[in-house]
Amino acid sequence: MLYRLADAIPTIWLVLTLVFIAMRILPGDPAIAALGDGALPEQLAEFREKMGLNVPIWQQYFNFLIGTLTLDFGKSYMNGAPVLDLIARNLPYTIQLTVAAMILGTVIGIPFGVLAAVKRGKLPDSGMRIFSLVGYAVPDFYLGALFLIGFALNLRWFPINGAGSGFFDILHHLFLPALTLALVKAAFIGRLTRTSVLEVLGKDYVRTARAKGARENRVIYRHALRNALLPLATGMGLSLLATLSGSVAVELVFNRPGIGRLLIQSITERDYGVIQGGVVVFALMVVFVNLMMDLLYVVIDPRIRVK
Amino acid sequence: MTIAPSLSRQQPAASVHPGPLLKVEDLSIEFGPKGTAVRVVEGVSFTIDTGAAVGIVGESGSGKSMTSLAVMGLIPSPPGRIATGRILFEGVDLLGLPRSRMPEIRGRDIAMIFQEPMSSLNPVMTIGDQIGEAIKLHQKMGREERRQRVVELLKLVGIPDPERRLGAYPHQFSGGMRQRVMIAMAVACNPKLLIADEPTTALDVTIQAQVLELMHKIRRTLNTTILLISHDLGVIADICERVIVMYAGKVVEDADVKTIFRSPKHPYTRGLLQSIPRLKDENTRLYQIPGMVPLPGTIKQGCPFFPRCPDRIDKCARETPPLLEITPQQKAACWVSAGATS
Amino acid sequence: MTILPGSVGTLSASDDIEHAIAPEPGRTALLKDMLFGQASTIFAFSVVVIFLLVAILAPWLAPYDPLAQSILSINKQPSWAHWLGTDQFGRDVLSRMIHGSRNSLLFGLISPALAAFFGTILGVTAGYFGGVIDRVISRVVDLLLAFPELLLAIMIAAVLGGAFWNIIAVITVAFVPGFARVARASTLAVKQEPYIEAAVAVGLRTPTIIIRHVIPNIAAPILVLMTLWVASAIRLEASLSFLGIGTRAPNPSWGNIIRDGLNNLFGSPWPIIAAGFAITCVVLSFNLMGDAVRDVLDPETTR
Repeated sequence: MLYRLADAIPTIWLVLTLVFIAMRILPGDPAIAALGDGALPEQLAEFREKMGLNVPIWQQYFNFLIGTLTLDFGKSYMNGAPVLDLIARNLPYTIQLTVAAMILGTVIGIPFGVLAAVKRGKLPDSGMRIFSLVGYAVPDFYLGALFLIGFALNLRWFPINGAGSGFFDILHHLFLPALTLALVKAAFIGRLTRTSVLEVLGKDYVRTARAKGARENRVIYRHALRNALLPLATGMGLSLLATLSGSVAVELVFNRPGIGRLLIQSITERDYGVIQGGVVVFALMVVFVNLMMDLLYVVIDPRIRVK
Repeated sequence: MTIAPSLSRQQPAASVHPGPLLKVEDLSIEFGPKGTAVRVVEGVSFTIDTGAAVGIVGESGSGKSMTSLAVMGLIPSPPGRIATGRILFEGVDLLGLPRSRMPEIRGRDIAMIFQEPMSSLNPVMTIGDQIGEAIKLHQKMGREERRQRVVELLKLVGIPDPERRLGAYPHQFSGGMRQRVMIAMAVACNPKLLIADEPTTALDVTIQAQVLELMHKIRRTLNTTILLISHDLGVIADICERVIVMYAGKVVEDADVKTIFRSPKHPYTRGLLQSIPRLKDENTRLYQIPGMVPLPGTIKQGCPFFPRCPDRIDKCARETPPLLEITPQQKAACWVSAGATS
Repeated sequence: MTILPGSVGTLSASDDIEHAIAPEPGRTALLKDMLFGQASTIFAFSVVVIFLLVAILAPWLAPYDPLAQSILSINKQPSWAHWLGTDQFGRDVLSRMIHGSRNSLLFGLISPALAAFFGTILGVTAGYFGGVIDRVISRVVDLLLAFPELLLAIMIAAVLGGAFWNIIAVITVAFVPGFARVARASTLAVKQEPYIEAAVAVGLRTPTIIIRHVIPNIAAPILVLMTLWVASAIRLEASLSFLGIGTRAPNPSWGNIIRDGLNNLFGSPWPIIAAGFAITCVVLSFNLMGDAVRDVLDPETTR
């Protein structure tokens, strides 16, 4: 457990270094990359000054690492606001969306997958196959746009933009974007659940449970599903990250505040400081999610706990 | 070893049912889609009296495991299906019961131990929970009382330091210990019939002896009727008084253990007996029955053992011998033993 | 791939007969499965062929200039003149869709091919030489694999900006780690084979061994991965264009048609509906084709 936590440190260092290389070294001159070829020399100089680019590269690297560790991402080039503030303001919305989508997707996906596995070859199974084929193919932003047109614009059941304030208002604003991501996720989780439940149902200990006199529901939910969760946990980790990246587009569709929209907006505005901060935050979230998945494994599987 | 009082208290009241505990009649099991189905068990009949210990012996693919799974109602279906027959448990046909009734019987009246102790326990549940579940499913009992009972059971099957081992997971146990856990789970509700499917096959020889000793103890303390499935006549002779020999899905001989060792009537049983290694004559080569067990569904007519039989006569190729009573203690499905000549 | 009905003959006298017979479904179920399987493959194949033809013949098929704006015909509903209506600039949506298919095709084919090329080089190098090289490459590849492709692409696009070759580079880089991992694993397996030992013993030079003996033997899984990722690449390009960091306006792409459509929600929903439908169909079809290719080339990995 401690080992896993310790293992995250070099990973974070590696990620930050890669981000640094990508942002400062690969584009040649980051000032020109940020401001474009047509920028005036004075503008470039001012930019370098503001972004701390006029010191030797190793010092930039050092400053970058220290800055990230102390959560100091510098200031927005556009409006001078500290990047940390912008991130702090937007991050909760992205987390709201991702967590809601995760819960909704799991709640839809796992029972559907179990049903498909138990009724193998029957109607629910075919339904699962079609659902997962389409779910793998449909872009989340398209699904979101269709929901927006159908339920928000035409039926007026849901608001068309923003994130809302107050508990129920927030849920009201959250529903369509979360459902969009959740359906795509449910296709993946459902398929994965079906496969792992089918595999587990053939195991000897499932037969043992039946021999004990456990009824089918208990066999599936107490014995099979818990074991099927092991491979599912990895898949959930992957899909959590997929949902995180999907949230970028969905935030744009529903005009919701969030880290994704902040990053995309900063790219269009060439707001170098915010881009850098956003990229670092996304990178750290990925590392964090992977770490959480490793720890979750330990909780689910007693065999790992002991080793 | 003292018998835990609560264990004996759980003893079922003397069965009111007069006949045998288990009566299997003309049981046939098929696999695969109808029309092209393959019969892996065909026309199997036998009875087990209350308190008896009966063994079924046969090679891989003889249908002995399927027969025992059928009694439990655990034939994987699809693709498996019981084609004909009745399974009377205390006079009630289990096959005629509605599906929802079987779980009440499994674990309470009929329990089963499987061959693979390594994989038969749920890896993510503590063994205390797994044994406790077997009790919880059939008996109303408080949490603490149930825990006490699990401890007693673990003591009964000889797991040291049971209080502490309750919270352990299967992977922390050796194969022999896991099989003890399986046995504890199976006898948790004092079943009337305990089916043990190759309980020792996957274990080391020394551990095998211990597990067999435990089976004896279970029988002594709990008065459980036992159906033991094994490919090893030695194991069966150790536990059982009667043995049923199966070959290619059929019963070929059914007799007292002593009788069968003294005068086997079916040539297949003779082959089996000759292939048991003996300490006395270590120089002789171990006997091997020539040929292979036929694939299910390939024998269309005649005796299934015909291709490998040293004593075969023409009639054997044409007509399938039924299980014939040779003496009151011994039945065999063989034309030659029944006195037929070519 | 296909299980013939009545293949019970392969039965062995194994202990659990159930296992030997269990996988065989009923005849009708099997027939249904074959027909359904074939139907979906035929569907996928047709969609892909139509898509390819449309992309190649775009300039001749498109009824209008995809860039021509007209203030007179803004936000027209679908009609005989404009099958999918017009957008907020009066541009013909169908023509933009037809031309947009070219971007999807281009990115869909070029990126996986390039990624396969670079990924194979990295993976084979790591797998064949081992040691420090392997550890460095594997660590970075593992790290990049932790990132979803879209997120990685967004992050790189954020840094590089969205010119044509940049987007190609972005999608390529996002795919390289996957290829590198597969190539490395396959190389490690191939390296154990006696014919590699023989080649070394005969005194062939390392580059010759790699090109003549290693690469051909790891080609199948790489090819399978490549076909599977055509669909992902098309989706990725659409997503990036939708986010405004892929194909830039006014140059049409299915992704930025939806982007423009969202800015014109009260005008006409048709651009969104049509472009999204096209993406879904094409991605679905390439996915199905990828599965079919995998079944043929790499039957062992079939689920």
